[in-house]
Amino acid sequence: MSAIPGIVAINTFREAVRDRVLYNLIVFALMMMGAAILVGEISIGIDRLVIINLGLSAISIFGLVMAIFIGVGLVYKEMEKRTLYSLLAKPVRRWEFLVGKFGGLVLTLAVNTLFMTLGLAAALFYVSRQFLRTDATILIAIYFILLELALVTAFALFFSCFSSPMLSTLFTLGIYVAGFFSADIRGIGTVTRSPAMQMTARVISYLLPNFRNFNVISAASHGDVIPFSLIWQNTAYAALYVALVLIAASAIFFGRNLK
Amino acid sequence: MSTPAIEIEGLTKDYPVGFWRQRLRRSLDHLTLRVEDGEIFGFLGPNGAGKTTTLKVLMSIIFPTSGTARVRGKSIDDVRMHREIGYLPEQPYFYDYLTARELLEYYARLFGFGAADRRERVTRFLERVGLADAADLQLRKFSKGMLQRVGIAQAILHDPQVIFLDEPMSGLDPVGRREVRDIIHDLKREGRTVFFSTHILSDAEMLCDRVAVLVGGKLQGVGAPAEIVSMQVYAMEILFETQAGRVLPGSLANSATQIGGRYRVEVPEEQLYSILEELRGCGARILSVTPLRPTLEDYFFKLVARNKTAPQPEEAVSR
Repeated sequence: MSAIPGIVAINTFREAVRDRVLYNLIVFALMMMGAAILVGEISIGIDRLVIINLGLSAISIFGLVMAIFIGVGLVYKEMEKRTLYSLLAKPVRRWEFLVGKFGGLVLTLAVNTLFMTLGLAAALFYVSRQFLRTDATILIAIYFILLELALVTAFALFFSCFSSPMLSTLFTLGIYVAGFFSADIRGIGTVTRSPAMQMTARVISYLLPNFRNFNVISAASHGDVIPFSLIWQNTAYAALYVALVLIAASAIFFGRNLK
Repeated sequence: MSTPAIEIEGLTKDYPVGFWRQRLRRSLDHLTLRVEDGEIFGFLGPNGAGKTTTLKVLMSIIFPTSGTARVRGKSIDDVRMHREIGYLPEQPYFYDYLTARELLEYYARLFGFGAADRRERVTRFLERVGLADAADLQLRKFSKGMLQRVGIAQAILHDPQVIFLDEPMSGLDPVGRREVRDIIHDLKREGRTVFFSTHILSDAEMLCDRVAVLVGGKLQGVGAPAEIVSMQVYAMEILFETQAGRVLPGSLANSATQIGGRYRVEVPEEQLYSILEELRGCGARILSVTPLRPTLEDYFFKLVARNKTAPQPEEAVSR
């Protein structure tokens, strides 16, 4: 097993930290503190629900913004600034570089999410003065958000292998939105009589990543039980999808002439 | 016969140009070259000659349209080849959020050196390029010359056998250039091969065992600097002084140029003795007589001028 992706990943993480990417945590912390104080004033009995909903949604949105905007620049920046020249002259295969970049951003997102989780836990404790057994589902919801972010990062990296950051951002956002509504795309097939249309809608919906499967925020905020089967299914689905997207990205990047 | 350090065979690179009607522009045209082990090899050419393109192809940064290349017997597609080479890109740029020490540490990790070895190497090579005092400064605060030094350090950090340097003197002051020349000489003494591109001809004349001249993507000549420019004398230069009040004979008065209190004249070799006689006749004092040979610079400019007047077939290759 090559150690190079790990070395590149650690350097990518260090770049993110030194570029002050984790400063978004301050905004998150302020938001959670404000929400915790406000919720205590205005809501009766639903303060936990509001805090969990708000916290998980914020973790998801902050993570998505980071995954897309940093993800599309990961490869592009190295090409544009020509830092890749010195790196590729070393015994580094292009796929190792890509996987390392992916790993570095996922590590950054994981650390960021960990701090946000601590923030959410603090806010939750502030409003209810206790943790419940059902709060474990919050951790599962956060794990699913991380899986979702890994998939989004893989797509951002994939698009950045052949297009500009602006286009890559649009493509990744497009995939995310379409993936969130993939079940509805399949539904289009049921309202048409055309077999060709039905088939096309079905193929598209299966090809798109199903991001809705990762969203259990509502269940977590209500303390509902999340079946174990969903945990391993989502894990396997995300792992397989990420692997396929990274293989496709490597195949494109492998033959690319750098500027 | 030993394996050459670098073997390039028929290397060609075409780039698509234009938006609607794409054509191919040839930036490297069937380059064939062999560099022996332990040589300092200069790769000369004006801007746009194809020097950087060649180096980028050798580093697998871009891919050739046709042709092959091997370094120490290994194909350039083989990632193991990269363990044996070092590369300094033209106008290098590195991660500006890292310090010089962190950057070299990062690169040393990629070669699998252990922690103690890494620390020792990084310190040693930072000292070697004169950056020991700036080791813990972020690269964003480095000048162009300092970045060039870091670039050289990262290229030789892992003791490669073949070192490729793209314009290594660029951006350096005279002291820096001298230091880089010394490093290149040291590398040769250690038995390594240095392949460097430059358009500073004096550096090439001073350093290289052999040079290749590339103009318009085509190889124009390869050889030792002395061989390539021929040792034939094309004129004799005479420096002389005249006595106060003495006038130069008519033919010399027209051809000699006055520099301060001295005169300089270039004469054909076969007329040397008759001119010296004339000068003696008018009481002139001969300061020096020097045979003039073409320099690498003369050769280089002649080639560039010839290439400019010749048609550019590479522009006309259509897809």
